[in-house]
Amino acid sequence: MRRGEIITAGILALLSLYMMWESTELEVGYIRGTGPGGGAWPFWLSAVMLVCTVVIAINWARRTSPPSQSTEPVLDAEGRKMLLQVGGGLLLFIGLIDILSMYGAMAVFLFYYLWFLGRHTLLLSLTTAFLAPIGFFFFFEGLMRITMPSGLSFTAPVFNLLYDIIY
Amino acid sequence: MEILGLLAGGLIEALEPLNLMLIMIGVTVGLWIGAMPGLGSVNGVAILLPITFLVPPGSAIIFLAAIYYGAMYGGAISSITLGIPGASTAVATTFDGRPLALQGRAGLALVTAAIASFMGGTVSVILFTAFAPALASVALSFGPPEIFALMLLAFATFVGLGGDDVPKTILSICLGLVFASVGYDQISGAPRLVFFDISGFLHGINFLVLAIGVYGIGEMIWTIDSTRGTITTTESKMSLKSLKVDTREGISRGWKGMTIGSFLGFFVGVLPAAGATPGSLMAYGVTKMVSRNPREFGKGHPGGVAAPEAANNSASTGSMLPMITLGIPGSPTTAILLGGMIIWGLTPGPRLFIDESEFVWGLIGSFYVSNVAALVINIAFIPLFVWMLRMPFTILAPMIFVLSVVGGYAAVRDMHDIWLMLIFGLSAFFLRKFDYPLAPAVLAIVLGPIAEPTLRQSLLLSSGDPTIFLTRPVAGPITIIAIILILLPLFKVILDKLRGRKQGV
Repeated sequence: MRRGEIITAGILALLSLYMMWESTELEVGYIRGTGPGGGAWPFWLSAVMLVCTVVIAINWARRTSPPSQSTEPVLDAEGRKMLLQVGGGLLLFIGLIDILSMYGAMAVFLFYYLWFLGRHTLLLSLTTAFLAPIGFFFFFEGLMRITMPSGLSFTAPVFNLLYDIIY
Repeated sequence: MEILGLLAGGLIEALEPLNLMLIMIGVTVGLWIGAMPGLGSVNGVAILLPITFLVPPGSAIIFLAAIYYGAMYGGAISSITLGIPGASTAVATTFDGRPLALQGRAGLALVTAAIASFMGGTVSVILFTAFAPALASVALSFGPPEIFALMLLAFATFVGLGGDDVPKTILSICLGLVFASVGYDQISGAPRLVFFDISGFLHGINFLVLAIGVYGIGEMIWTIDSTRGTITTTESKMSLKSLKVDTREGISRGWKGMTIGSFLGFFVGVLPAAGATPGSLMAYGVTKMVSRNPREFGKGHPGGVAAPEAANNSASTGSMLPMITLGIPGSPTTAILLGGMIIWGLTPGPRLFIDESEFVWGLIGSFYVSNVAALVINIAFIPLFVWMLRMPFTILAPMIFVLSVVGGYAAVRDMHDIWLMLIFGLSAFFLRKFDYPLAPAVLAIVLGPIAEPTLRQSLLLSSGDPTIFLTRPVAGPITIIAIILILLPLFKVILDKLRGRKQGV
């Protein structure tokens, strides 16, 4: 945890510097007659962030914050495995949206999570993965009139069938 | 007496069979829309606006106001049960609502939220009835320096009263404010902070992307990691007896928050451009400050649910005041309601009370009826929401992830933002490990678009002199209180050192 805290502060300091640099594309000072420039607000706030990271680093060196006193790892082996499985599942879910559509990707993710991670029965996993996207479809597309990504063209026959029901 | 007569007429109109039916439907629809992450009253009112052309204008606005009320009640449901604030107004409700749900006390949190919402709605509608025209003129006297001072006060409550690591809290606030400024500069229109020239940043970062990322994804991964996925979210059960016990506890421990939230929320809601979000945050901060046990806040105190819920409901009524009396909408939802009124041939403004007296008092009467209907319908649905939480965590967790992604997309309609949401979620997980408070960042991204232009307008008014925030009669005291709150942690450190020295001697 101790090393993790200083690395996090370092990353945030770099982010602050980057945002300060990006802000300078617009005026960061006061322009007579028009007020503070367009870059002033993000520039000075990023500068405050940078100062905060310095204070966090000082507190880390003085070992005053709880993470700087901790000898525990940020993630143990099981934590890393969990992050890989859950985070990876989410990455796959979002990545599949443009291919399988929002509802198709949702079905894959639900099945993966329920069956593989949750160790639920095949029947429950398949039923939930099939029915939940249909429920979401009727709520969002039918009731709320919000169109979700429909994926590649091969999904069209399924969508045509569902749209015939709601329109 | 004249007001009471007019109000009685309004109540009779609101209780007509058609209007009563519209109130019941509107509140129920609003409740479910509000409970869905990513959807709020603004979606419900906008989508159902065309349907209202089938009924007379008086009934139409009653229906839309009922949806608005229902959605304000519903916003608390996802904050408490899922830990995802459905709308910015319900962010503060997650601070104590979620911990209560995790302790198996979701029933208490939901009942407290319902009663607080009812109280907020009732107090505000009484204030609305009594002081509508007078308050509208007070609200108009709030200029950019006063609004900015209010924003400063909202952030100061986090620094002074948050109880978290101060530099990390300030960093979190600044991060949220900088993210709020991504996109186009509101005044010059020039592109700003387009990170790595990715065009998706041109439309800015919607607060929901950060809120759902932090609370929906980051919080869930953190819960799975800290419990190793073995928990069942809550063991809470709902019966008539437990409902009675929860009601009693909710009132006895949350009455202070309800009172503060009801009054503070109304006055902040009345201010154009302020609205329910800063109102709910300030109510939370003030309730924590005056509480005998401030350390219990953030860990599951009913007062922490009562204050923001009373405030956001009270503010939603308050924000109708400038809309009706002056034609200035106080929130995005009231802007749509205003559009509806214009379509129906009504002109909002001071003359509306005289020219369309029946319409105005019918609407005010419907506020009273909607409030009672929302309380009853909300309490009737609580067992269903609690049952939802008794699902095994390995079913609830993927459902929350799915709701986060679908709800996030429904709000922003851009895959770039969904990827950003995932990045925010993973970053939030690690930042939380190192004790960075993330609620201030979420609130800062909501308040940033109000804070920046009001600061710039104020400095323009004063030719760059920052003392404008201290010299104006209303802005001055608010700014001073904010400065004291910001310096409060420093005073505490000095006091502790002095005490330490004395003990050493």
